[in-house]
Amino acid sequence: MSDIAERVKKIVIEHLGAEEAKVTENASFIDDLGADSLDTVELVMAFEEEFGCEIPDDAAEKILTVKDAIDFIKANAAA
Amino acid sequence: MSTSSQLMAGKRGLVMGVANERSIAWGIASALAAHGAELAFTYQGDALGKRVKPLAESVKSPIVVPCDVTDEASLDATFKAIQDQWGKLDFLVHAIAFSDKNELDGKYLNTSRGNFARTMDISCYSFTACCQRAAPLMTDGGSIVTLSYYGAERVMPHYNVMGVAKAALEASVRYLAVDLGGDNIRVNAISAGPIKTLAASGIGDFRYILKWNELNAPLKRNVTISEVGGSALYLLSDLGSGVTGEVHHVDAGYHTVGMVAVDSAAETAQLLQGLTGSAAKG
Repeated sequence: MSDIAERVKKIVIEHLGAEEAKVTENASFIDDLGADSLDTVELVMAFEEEFGCEIPDDAAEKILTVKDAIDFIKANAAA
Repeated sequence: MSTSSQLMAGKRGLVMGVANERSIAWGIASALAAHGAELAFTYQGDALGKRVKPLAESVKSPIVVPCDVTDEASLDATFKAIQDQWGKLDFLVHAIAFSDKNELDGKYLNTSRGNFARTMDISCYSFTACCQRAAPLMTDGGSIVTLSYYGAERVMPHYNVMGVAKAALEASVRYLAVDLGGDNIRVNAISAGPIKTLAASGIGDFRYILKWNELNAPLKRNVTISEVGGSALYLLSDLGSGVTGEVHHVDAGYHTVGMVAVDSAAETAQLLQGLTGSAAKG
């Protein structure tokens, strides 16, 4: 399961160009990692692609931190 | 896409409306660049600028300028930049639309006057405004393409005022084709099937539209941005020299279908169940 966390962090680091050390589980995409509102949509699309799952709009709106993403994917992803 | 052909060699054009690498406009730009076209790009605001600039760089674009299509002066500046650097223009790709996300959900009936006007301005009038400025630069003739969607012709859930704007856009393609035909400038639209882009993420229940299309289109799948790129290449190159005023469907054939596909009825039923659940919630 930690594999999911690593893959999520890798996507966040690559997409936002964030420093690895800053991408902790509690890091907020917008407040801590400098994401803009388009980044958050792009991140959700990247998660969907990586994990082959669908993240509905109402769930996507609640994915604000690295941990939120990991938790959602752990609960919903097939991969 | 093959890179051996040079269908667009020596041709220069402007692509408006790339947001990121998933954009339909980027699928078109990539196809054009692969076939030898030289491209200019516009972007709306800094957030999109930081996404468009690296893409433009990857195809060695010499002109990348901000453009707000609601601002006449901004449009003038964009086409002046083209004139100053190139002196002429061979083609234009318009892939721009906007509506308040809150009104791309629920009933069309609830559209506000303000959002109606803004949606029509950005998604429809901007095309005419761009054609006004592009045409004088197309001194050797030219080809112009804009993007539409089937929601212009038939009701698609949640597409709402955007469907009305796309219907007006498709009508303006026909009027512009007549006005510019004498100058050997062709004007066409591509009605693309649903594709998961940044812009599409603003449309309510978009994933159901995607899945529905996949199950019921004659080709039993959705289309890609490179497929739209291939069709745009045909319309923008001399291959399409006899075509104007056309709305060309690149939608895996979905627009031909009159009923749910019998062979995917079970999956479609399952999809509908999910949709009912989501409607009950909303």
